[in-house]
Amino acid sequence: MVYARLILMRLFKAVIVLFLIVIFNFLLIQLAPGDPAAILAGEAGAADQEFLNQLRERFGLDQPMYVQLWHYVSGIAMLDFGYSYRLGVPVFDLIMDRLPATLLLTGTAFVLSLVLGIVAGSMAAARVKKPSGSLIMALALVFYATPLFWVALMSVVVFSVYLGWLPAYGLYTVGAGHTGFALVLDIAQHLVLPATTLALFFMAIYTRMTRTSMLDAAQQDYVKTARAKGLKPGIIQRRHVLRNALLPIITLAGLQAGQMVGGAILTETVFAWPGIGRLMFEALQQRDYNLLLGIFFFSAALVIVFNIITDLVYSLADPRIKKGAA
Amino acid sequence: MKTPLALAISAAAFAFTSAALADDPKEGGVVNTIIQPEPPGLVLGMVQNAPTRTVSGNIYEGLLRYTTDLEPMPQLAESWEVSDDGRTYTFHLRDDVTWHDGEAFTAEDVVFSADVFHRELNPSARAVLQHVESIEATDDHTVVFTLKQPFGPFLLSFEAGTFTMVPEHLYAGTDFRDNEHNDHPIGTGPFKFDNWERGTVIELVKNEEYYEEGLPYLDGVNWHVIPDGASRAVAFENETIDVLPSGTVENFDIPRLAEMDNVCMTEEGHEYFSPFAMLWMNNREGPTADKRFRQAVMYAMDREFAKNVLWNGLGNVPLSAFGSNARFQNDDLEPYDYNPDRARELLDEMGYDGEEITILPLPYGETWTRWAEAVQQNLREVGINVETQATDVGGWNQRLGDWDYDLAFTYLYQYGDPALGISRTYLSDNIAKGSPWNNVEGYENERVDELFNEAATAFPDEEREKLYREVQEILHEDVPVGWLMELGFPTLYRCDVKNLVTSGVGVNDGFKDAWLDR
Repeated sequence: MVYARLILMRLFKAVIVLFLIVIFNFLLIQLAPGDPAAILAGEAGAADQEFLNQLRERFGLDQPMYVQLWHYVSGIAMLDFGYSYRLGVPVFDLIMDRLPATLLLTGTAFVLSLVLGIVAGSMAAARVKKPSGSLIMALALVFYATPLFWVALMSVVVFSVYLGWLPAYGLYTVGAGHTGFALVLDIAQHLVLPATTLALFFMAIYTRMTRTSMLDAAQQDYVKTARAKGLKPGIIQRRHVLRNALLPIITLAGLQAGQMVGGAILTETVFAWPGIGRLMFEALQQRDYNLLLGIFFFSAALVIVFNIITDLVYSLADPRIKKGAA
Repeated sequence: MKTPLALAISAAAFAFTSAALADDPKEGGVVNTIIQPEPPGLVLGMVQNAPTRTVSGNIYEGLLRYTTDLEPMPQLAESWEVSDDGRTYTFHLRDDVTWHDGEAFTAEDVVFSADVFHRELNPSARAVLQHVESIEATDDHTVVFTLKQPFGPFLLSFEAGTFTMVPEHLYAGTDFRDNEHNDHPIGTGPFKFDNWERGTVIELVKNEEYYEEGLPYLDGVNWHVIPDGASRAVAFENETIDVLPSGTVENFDIPRLAEMDNVCMTEEGHEYFSPFAMLWMNNREGPTADKRFRQAVMYAMDREFAKNVLWNGLGNVPLSAFGSNARFQNDDLEPYDYNPDRARELLDEMGYDGEEITILPLPYGETWTRWAEAVQQNLREVGINVETQATDVGGWNQRLGDWDYDLAFTYLYQYGDPALGISRTYLSDNIAKGSPWNNVEGYENERVDELFNEAATAFPDEEREKLYREVQEILHEDVPVGWLMELGFPTLYRCDVKNLVTSGVGVNDGFKDAWLDR
């Protein structure tokens, strides 16, 4: 029951926050230079005034701003996100079309970075002051400091161009006509490079954080007690040290999870992954406001959802955190 | 001067023609190529941007095609006549053409496309149609265009991308932009639309019912969507991509890719567009309002350097406002050769006080950024105080549309005739805020207006030529804009893709004749 009330409270707050975000985004976007009709006309390479007026009228851009805002907000209230200016397709369809690819990529990267990061961090904590522990930390530092796009390009050059092991771009092999298991395998192969690239940075952060946090917890009195009563070191590490060290990692994982919709722009661009990040970047360049606002809305909603989930996970990991307090 | 790369191109072009003659075309195979950026839609006429033309030029057709010398070739019209007074054009259509849905293509489709569809939707067709008094179908396969007065470049306007033939039976009486068939374009061309996986690929398949005997040879064409330039180069390198249309990789990648085994390159296929890079100079205010300043800019720029270093030696440094592919070029004009001393003299003469001006590069990639840096350096060397400002496409459109700039890069298509592609930059009635493609510099000269307007409707060509020569002399002296380069946009492809470029619009309608020697 306590959970249900907590979730209800949070959802109520979330709706208000989302509403404010919608209005704020709408106003913010009015400040960007460039108008969608002019950009579409620019793309066409030829435009007369009639063409521009046709477009503006079609998009409703000839209306005063408060009328546009009203149309937009009342549309959102009924879950109508409008049409993309450039593609003439409902925004909702476009986002749903791209969402699976993005979630596959960011979800894989999320799990990969979290699991590998915690494992590597625990190992480094157990091997503090040993060469193997230092090696893990050195690698983590390198991945942490290297720009994502460089890792992406280099992994393509090595694994795709020189070694020819993995495909360089795309979600699947175009024209191969794979179905069933062959398609799954094909997509998995295409997933390896972008997911690894995306995972490396967060994996480095998790590794560093797990190690610091575990070393911290290892100094606590209850660990001394556990040791004094003769528990095996492995059990101490897992049950007493790691569990207490998890809180900051959960915080960070919540942040990363919240970025799953829009956080892979660079990776998606370099690997031609047909996801939301690319859609968002193109919408920004084209001043395709409806589409951009739609993606903002979904990203914001996801961040809020993951904040709620994070809070619930806190109380699971650490029963001391009072359930209603969040 | 020819650089090694330019020489390699001529050699490749030569090898390509002789090979094409020697072998018999093989049937079958799918060509993988690139489309960049992903087009907003595929219905030509409703959308006219470059990527749409490139894909849909294989789905849709026009009445005519054009050779690389811009001579008209038959397409949907098998023959045509022009009356002696230059006002009546009669087109005889093929009688064996069907749309991809099986309906017959008739003269009514032509009248609908030109008189209704394009008049409502298509600004570039509208510009031509203002010269047209009436369009009539005299029988099922004959169409007569009657003009208000002669219009010299009229026969050049029937290319698939400008005057697309759209099916009347699917569009008449509907809201064109909301028509359900927009998702599945129906044309008469050699390839049919099959599938568009947004963000990944557009797939076209062979039109088995195509009316030209034996064509097309290919089973299909896949247009891959790869947003990053370096990734596009990699896709070509590891042989998943067979053809890199011009402009899909950065210029500095081209020499490396061109040197690979089994890679050929051609500069052909852009004669109809012949993209002309220019430097807008704001004629309204600031130092750029003084003609001596603008001349000084022309003398200060080392355009040959830009061509050889940034454009791999491809393309052409123009003499003046009319490019080398344009008709009626006046080649008696004295070229603005690189001459920094002359530039300094002119600046002294006008008393330039070092006022800072800005330059906007075209936000189309690294080549343009570097070009702006080169020009900035050239201008600083003669004492012009110039700063570069970066923008994105939206910002660039807005700045130019609002006339908020001093110098700015752009490039424009020439469309084979001064009345179609060149006069629009200099005519004073083409000054209007809000578009970056009209007389953005704000140049006004009554005599130039007169000459351009007369020349557009003068008849025959000798009359036009006289007028155009005079207008070029005036423009050459006034320098309303800087004339940078006619761009060389090479297409890279595997050498076993044969017959790829067979017209003046290149890969936009080229896959019809192409075949794979595999």
